Amino acid sequence: MNGKYDVLVIGGGNAALCAAISARRGGASVLVLEGAPKFYRGGNTRHTRNMRCAHDAATEILTGPYTEEEFWKDLLLVTGGQTDEELARHMIRESKDILNWIVEQGVRWQPSLGGTLSLGRTNSFFLGGGRAMLNALYLTAEALGVDIEYDAEVTDLVIEDGMFLAARVKRPIEGATEIRATSLVAAAGGFEANIEWLKQYWGEAADNFLIRGTPYNRGSILKMLLDKGVQEVGDPTQCHAVAIDARAPKFDGGIITRHDSVVFGIVVNKHAQRFYDEGEDIWPKRYAIWGRLVAAQPDQIAYIIFDSTVVTSFMPTLFPPIAGATVAELAGKLTLDSAALEKTITDFNAAVRPGTFDHTILDDCVTEGITPPKTHWARRIETPPYLAYPVRPGITFTYLGTRVTKEARMLMKDGRLAANMFAAGEIMAGNVLGKGYAAGMGMTIGSVFGRIAGREAAKHARN
Amino acid sequence: MHGTRILEETDRLMTVCNSCRYCEGLCAVFPAMEMRRAFSDGDLNYLANLCHSCGACYVDCQFSPPHEFNVNVPQTLAVARAESYAAYAWPRALSGAFARNGLVISVVAALSMAVFILGFAAFNDRAALFGIHTGPGAFYKLMPHNAMAVLFSAAFLYAILALVLSVRAFWRDIGEPIRGRADGGSIFQAIRDAGELRYLHGGGVGCYNEDDKPTDRRKLYHHLTFYGFLLCFAATSVATLYHYLLAREAPYPWWDLPVVLGTLGGIGLVVGPVGLFLAKVKRDPALLDEERYGMDVGFIAMLFLTGVTGLALLVLRETSAMGPLLALHLGAVFALFITMPYGKFVHGIYRFAALVRYAQERRDAG
Repeated sequence: MNGKYDVLVIGGGNAALCAAISARRGGASVLVLEGAPKFYRGGNTRHTRNMRCAHDAATEILTGPYTEEEFWKDLLLVTGGQTDEELARHMIRESKDILNWIVEQGVRWQPSLGGTLSLGRTNSFFLGGGRAMLNALYLTAEALGVDIEYDAEVTDLVIEDGMFLAARVKRPIEGATEIRATSLVAAAGGFEANIEWLKQYWGEAADNFLIRGTPYNRGSILKMLLDKGVQEVGDPTQCHAVAIDARAPKFDGGIITRHDSVVFGIVVNKHAQRFYDEGEDIWPKRYAIWGRLVAAQPDQIAYIIFDSTVVTSFMPTLFPPIAGATVAELAGKLTLDSAALEKTITDFNAAVRPGTFDHTILDDCVTEGITPPKTHWARRIETPPYLAYPVRPGITFTYLGTRVTKEARMLMKDGRLAANMFAAGEIMAGNVLGKGYAAGMGMTIGSVFGRIAGREAAKHARN
Repeated sequence: MHGTRILEETDRLMTVCNSCRYCEGLCAVFPAMEMRRAFSDGDLNYLANLCHSCGACYVDCQFSPPHEFNVNVPQTLAVARAESYAAYAWPRALSGAFARNGLVISVVAALSMAVFILGFAAFNDRAALFGIHTGPGAFYKLMPHNAMAVLFSAAFLYAILALVLSVRAFWRDIGEPIRGRADGGSIFQAIRDAGELRYLHGGGVGCYNEDDKPTDRRKLYHHLTFYGFLLCFAATSVATLYHYLLAREAPYPWWDLPVVLGTLGGIGLVVGPVGLFLAKVKRDPALLDEERYGMDVGFIAMLFLTGVTGLALLVLRETSAMGPLLALHLGAVFALFITMPYGKFVHGIYRFAALVRYAQERRDAG
């Protein structure tokens, strides 16, 4: 610790490391403060797997072109227009170069993809997953001479008139608990692991949320920045939430707690009542809506119910399905009212019309005369054993963030540019993603704005 | 329900991994796993023997310890692998030898060497053992060639028999009912994969040893050991042909083929095992099967002893040390042969069989 760094990066995920590497390559001295212990470094990046980048032609890892315009249309679709067009288009343009830049930083792509995802054209997959990607970035950063501190919880930011002066850390770093730096890059994620904060928008329901990532994503840096005059962006109630297994741990269950079986059955709440069209849309949009749907149900619990004919039709699951030889037995195991569940299934079965099942398209298997309808993939549930997965809302990340420019520089509430403060990753994702989500976009935002933030922070520090 | 606790744990891990699949690009274990939704004992033993213990999936896994899911694939599969050697061993009565491997190997090695030294003494007098013998047939002044040939043929044939019967049991358990015979294409693919240690590359960056930084040294030392062993085997084979076809008796001059092959192989068998041993000492204990430390080290030691006595014999064969060194070398080789079916040597055979099965599965899946 030589008193003062050119660039201080707070956070330890993809965006933070891209910023640190890019600042270091830009000639700056760089310190990374990661609040988590080494094993849990990297926040949500630990659990990611792929990145969505525009590209004009097929490559070794991607099956076809994905143009800037197509990316932009996909973004418009998922956000319903809630995006900063200038920033979003800039990110999409930069994403083309990121595909190669990230490889130059030691990250490896997987050549081809098995499994059940159909993203081979639009998304590049990290060989070994998100933690492997992080490991590569950390090795590169260390080799370049970036200093990294783990368990370094930032307790306060000294900001005067839109200018960052110092950060106070809980863990003394070689005697210094106040770190000064010429520029700041905030890349410390969202607040999804901060149940108290979530409760401000969701009420007591938030107690029943499961957090898919680490318990360290508490949004403390975001809160400090907003409290000290940085302009906010994004809807605080918006978050990426999917339905995950109710038996999952409270934190860090990651990818393996997901369920993609909704299409093969029905979903009921604690009163054994269906509450939404399980056949509304194809994966991944279907996947992305069920977290919010379950969050709106009593006690934030629901049950995916199917029968033995479809048990091998979806990805193997961490937790086995709960089984009953009869609907009544299954209801007993789920502590649902058995008469109500029997009626729901009988009514559903009676409403199913014949069709040709194909879960990869919006097929013609529909129900008639039932509310809510199942508009595709409707098939009778009648072959025992009857099976169920209990699900709860699994929160992946939040959308409230700091407003930034194309240069990743923060904007203050009064509309002025922050003098020396930059933001990257989930903490500013709301600029681009006002709502909704499409696979791999979080990593695109992280890498693109991380690289820009690091470069700009280094440039500012050298001036 | 599985036969052993370690297979239960392997099943648990494969269930976790199968619902994640982030590691599918790293090696053959995960794609093989993805072809199944439930795992028999044979499946788990197959996956365990497909694992090359490069450690990449441990370093890359978001659920490895201290995470509560406690996913440690390399260590768990290492234990399962070691237990599978004992489970398929022929004759069954000797399967316990794996557990006490370090001790068994030391005792067998010591006895073998004693037998050779006493054997020399029985064939000759003490003077011959410490005498200077040169020229063709020098070795056989200590023990007649036919006596050596009988002893080593018996040991070698026993080892082959025991290995064949063991691996046959393994092969049946990992899926013979599905497809019995291995086809030529799959065997060729497996030879290539084994020959280059394709799956010891951590998905491309190398193998993990003492920390989370990948290095390729274990692969290099393994190559030196394996190809050193093959060169020594080739040297012996060529010498046997010389003896019976050309009536040329050992020792041969340094530039002759058996000596050149043996010297190169011997160097591999010294440098390789030393490197493997040092890598093992440094290796992160989280990745190691500590219970089987003796088995691994015992095998490495036998290879090293074979190499080092062979090289010493080459250098000192025209001195009075030749007799004792020849006795030690032959003793080491003899011990290596008869312990082969009950020690770490089998890992190569089982892994090869697993690679053949994997190549078959890949072809069948298209």
